[in-house]
Amino acid sequence: MKVLVAVKRVIDYNVKVRVKPDNTGVDLANVKMAMNPFCEIAVEEAVRLKEKGIANEIVVVSIGPKACQEQIRTALALGADRGIHIEVDEDVQSLDAAKLLKAVVEKEEPKLVILGKQSIDSDNNQTGQMLAALTGMGQGTFASEVVVDGEKVNVTREVDGGLMTLSLSLPAVVTTDLRLNEPRYASLPNIMKAKKKQLDTMSPADLGVEIASRLTTLKVEAPAARQAGVKVADVAELVDKLKNEAKVI
Amino acid sequence: MSILVIAEHDNSSLKQATLSVVAAAKAIGGDIDVLVAGENCGAVAEAAAKAEGVAKVLVADNAAYGHFLGENLGELVAEVGKGYSHILTSAGTTGKDFMPRVAALLDVAQVSDIIRVESEDTFVRPIYAGNAIATVKASDSIKVITVRPTGFDPVAAEGGSASVEQLDVVKDAGLSSFVGEEKAKSDRPDLASAGIVISGGRGMQNGENFKMLEQVADLLGAGMGASRAAVDAGFVPNDMQVGQTGKIVAPQLYVAVGISGAIQHLAGMSDSKVIVAINKDEEAPIFQVADYGLVADLFEAVPQLEEELKKVL
Repeated sequence: MKVLVAVKRVIDYNVKVRVKPDNTGVDLANVKMAMNPFCEIAVEEAVRLKEKGIANEIVVVSIGPKACQEQIRTALALGADRGIHIEVDEDVQSLDAAKLLKAVVEKEEPKLVILGKQSIDSDNNQTGQMLAALTGMGQGTFASEVVVDGEKVNVTREVDGGLMTLSLSLPAVVTTDLRLNEPRYASLPNIMKAKKKQLDTMSPADLGVEIASRLTTLKVEAPAARQAGVKVADVAELVDKLKNEAKVI
Repeated sequence: MSILVIAEHDNSSLKQATLSVVAAAKAIGGDIDVLVAGENCGAVAEAAAKAEGVAKVLVADNAAYGHFLGENLGELVAEVGKGYSHILTSAGTTGKDFMPRVAALLDVAQVSDIIRVESEDTFVRPIYAGNAIATVKASDSIKVITVRPTGFDPVAAEGGSASVEQLDVVKDAGLSSFVGEEKAKSDRPDLASAGIVISGGRGMQNGENFKMLEQVADLLGAGMGASRAAVDAGFVPNDMQVGQTGKIVAPQLYVAVGISGAIQHLAGMSDSKVIVAINKDEEAPIFQVADYGLVADLFEAVPQLEEELKKVL
């Protein structure tokens, strides 16, 4: 079966985020960018499905400026077969991302679409569910285990208070949580090979989608800093302070 | 304006998070209805009707909603919600699952995880794991919103007297079915709503050592948490994880034991009222956010803490 994986280019998760002094956003100039960690897990899961002989083709898609071809190449180096770049320079919000991906789903007709549960920049946690709703597919969100069984997929989900397992009819959408797998690193020969893999570029217009901004960010601020308090000498002083000063016990 | 709040519950009791979502709805202003969708969830509807500020409770009681499947809830809420100006639910895993479907079906944007209401169309939410705070204005006619419960003080659970109306809308998309679940069993308070939380990190060294923390937690009536490092090391199950990718907590007292204080952990607990850190490394970043820091070997400090607490409690 064919698996479609969506990946997003975001600020590298190791980079310390700094808010711009004019409060218009986060400073991304000269900052290291990378594939969103949850998307790496999505790519890895697709590659494992291919290694098990369940998937026979992995198509990776990314939406964004030209630079996000880097992340598509990374996915190709990890084992995806073919890339699609939907080139957009402006900010694409979740609903439009879902509409663009829906158009790709209609062209490619994958049996399974795997996305990260959220991107670590906007932290929305929406696109996979929106895509599933727009395409009329079932969804297994926050997946910690994915087992394909014929025309069904069983997805174990990380939910408040434990784990929940669902059975979904294929085609379906899965969004990944952290513990689904541990992504591999790309080997140098595979990075070289990835450069020769097919990568098609298209525009939102090619897919019949108009990008609309429905949410306007008025300002972005640094969070209120918490002041360090005092060091206590021993446990007795700690308990005394908690009881008599903070009055929380 | 009219606001529809989708209740978070387990078919038998209303989650406290719902009371915080009603508080967010009050901050927006307007008539507040609560939709209780579930199976045999009459007791939840009764509880919702008593919550302060609720005008009407709508009940969709059907097997299709029993396990809160996102496909079925999405269709139901999109249909019931289309006459409202705002649709709100808690940003728990259930709300995060079904709400974007609602937004997509209504062809509107969703504003996720709000922590403050500025006006009827402008909301404040953390981005970049809480390293930046964005103020966002939504232009769609229906505002679909998930609410981070720790951002809003819950309304009173008693005192209201809303009417209760049964809905006979049955939406079964037939796309998914429930197979099973593994609920972490615990007599301790729920991590997300506990007044005191005690968490252990990599410094605990193994899962067995968490028993020491359990004894302290039992004395304090505290919920138990852990850092991602402790979860990834397999010391404790993942539903105990506090942090950006786990639970967001804001208790009256948060005790971090053997936790260094990675950004990802701080994102989940730095809104706590009082933070205590116990760590043997005095350079650990957790001390920069702690109100009371104790530089000590936790294997000595935690048993002492238990003894000292026994004296005063």
